[in-house]
Amino acid sequence: MIVTRALTKRYGPVTAVRSVDLDVREGDRYGLLGPNGSGKTTLVRMLLALVYATSGEIEVMGRRMPRHAREVLPQIGALIEEPAAYPHLSGRANLALLDAAGPGGLAARRTRRRRVGEALEQVGLAGVDRRPVKAYSLGMRQRLGLAAVLIRRPRLLVLDEPGNGLDPRGIRDLRELLTSLNETGVTVFLSSHLLAEVEQLCTRVGVLDAGRLVLQDDLAVLRAPTGLIGVDTPDGDQAAALLDGQVERRDGPHLLVRYKDAAALNARLVGAGLRVSAIGAHQRTLEDIVLSVTGAGSDHIAGSSELEGRGADWTEERGTSDEGRRRLKAPRKRAGNRDVSS
Amino acid sequence: MIGVELVKLLRRPRTWISVVLTCALPFLVAIFIMITHLAPPPGQGSAFLSAVLQNGELYPAAALALVLPVFLPVAVAVVAGDSIAGEASTGTLRYLLVRPVGRTRLLVAKLVSVIVYVLLVVLAVTVTAYATGVFLLGPSRAAAVGQPPGGGAAGPGGAGTGLAGQAPTAGQAAGGAVTSLSGTPLGLWQLTERIAGAIAFITVSMLGVAAIALFLSTITDSALGSALGALAALVASEVLVTLNAATVVQPYLPTRYWLAWIDFFRQPVFWRDIQRGFGIQAVYVVVFLAAAWANFSTKDITA
Repeated sequence: MIVTRALTKRYGPVTAVRSVDLDVREGDRYGLLGPNGSGKTTLVRMLLALVYATSGEIEVMGRRMPRHAREVLPQIGALIEEPAAYPHLSGRANLALLDAAGPGGLAARRTRRRRVGEALEQVGLAGVDRRPVKAYSLGMRQRLGLAAVLIRRPRLLVLDEPGNGLDPRGIRDLRELLTSLNETGVTVFLSSHLLAEVEQLCTRVGVLDAGRLVLQDDLAVLRAPTGLIGVDTPDGDQAAALLDGQVERRDGPHLLVRYKDAAALNARLVGAGLRVSAIGAHQRTLEDIVLSVTGAGSDHIAGSSELEGRGADWTEERGTSDEGRRRLKAPRKRAGNRDVSS
Repeated sequence: MIGVELVKLLRRPRTWISVVLTCALPFLVAIFIMITHLAPPPGQGSAFLSAVLQNGELYPAAALALVLPVFLPVAVAVVAGDSIAGEASTGTLRYLLVRPVGRTRLLVAKLVSVIVYVLLVVLAVTVTAYATGVFLLGPSRAAAVGQPPGGGAAGPGGAGTGLAGQAPTAGQAAGGAVTSLSGTPLGLWQLTERIAGAIAFITVSMLGVAAIALFLSTITDSALGSALGALAALVASEVLVTLNAATVVQPYLPTRYWLAWIDFFRQPVFWRDIQRGFGIQAVYVVVFLAAAWANFSTKDITA
């Protein structure tokens, strides 16, 4: 659906996107992740022929961009950063004007009113009145922007940070909407810096870091069980002693154990009189995965292997620099010590 | 796309506010003149104002002369400067372009909408000024200054009795006729023709302003910046036009022939400056639109 080869964009001395080989397949729900300033928006804009690439190739739906933008863009619904609308017009008028601005001719005109109504209904704005957009709340604007995306029933959605400005309910609505559209055959490509949003929605992820695509794979592959068993037990010390040699990592009451089967491990621990509060096959979270690959460009020696496959509950802080990592590590150790002493 | 741009133009409150304000200035001036009967003496002040007390039908020309130096260019620069930069700053530009609307197409649509706006303002000023002139100042005050009344079109009697010193520079031939600046009378048809010529000339002059503002609008994402930039260019041009030391460049300045439309009201029409005015504006329009197109069609849209 979207293929880029060695796509590069330079703004003067700054390279915003460097040699990106993106591969989004038909039917994917693709999440492009990356910290702010990693080049996500520039990449998205290049796909939509808003920004021209310095070098490299872009193919969307099998056609070269931006040369065939005129044929390709009508089949794409795009949301680029914040939604935008003419503030003095109503939401309906805005949608109708935007629709009328592009190609489509008489056929589009005949169905316009109905399509506007349907799009508003899809995003939960069916009851919207004649208020001008300047009176809308941020969430309503975001929904209106989504309606503008859907109005021409696109085959491909390109959404740049679609969850911005939505409340939790709005985010859930968005997820459900995108999933149901995807089930009807619409390919979804979205960029986000919200890991949870992508983890819950996407089937495939790409991670952009400092303009480079450092990871691209199916989420199911990335999150495949690591072969380790995660155990939570208040009797951490005894468990560690019992399973000596098989404990991969210990973090207070959390243990990562190399063991073939969770049930067997559970039986063994309980049989030894230890209490088990949680047990299960260990999976890396998307957060672990992203943190393990981002920031590795400039300082990839210090501690990057340690970051690999780290415990599941990393805080929001992102250790992209050495200093950041040390800061993250230090309190964790203290917490562990406290557990031991108690 | 052109239709969409026109809808946007006409549904925007700013359009109508600027039209009303531009029409309000000549109206205000007419009220003052009506109350005081003090028009500037011939050869001083704004063009035609000295003549309107004798004939209200000439007021459209006077009104155009009033709004031309500042009001009209400001309004045009604001609208044209906003055309691309305004879309960029509200964020709607990127959505239009991925809709998709071709960049050239968008630029053309914007240009057409600016032309329509200029015509709208100029026509609104002309029409309201004609009504103002006829109702407030009265058609052909010749009767009031002692000339033989004719055609029964005389205004309220006696209103102009104190104006002997400002009698028309030449005799009135027929009642209701407008006297040209050269002193010979113009029939209604001739007057209409010449006002139409003046409107065309002023519109083209404003297109020169619009082209500069539109070009700047493709460079910056600030609508204010491009409007002020265009106005700065005009002010610079005005300064140079009055500067003797700049005689060499004067024929090429955008505002040099702005007032040439007054020559439409001479008998016979004095074409030299009018032609040059059309010519120089055409050059400005072509050059700046080409630059706007070249810049916009290759630009990275990051707004």
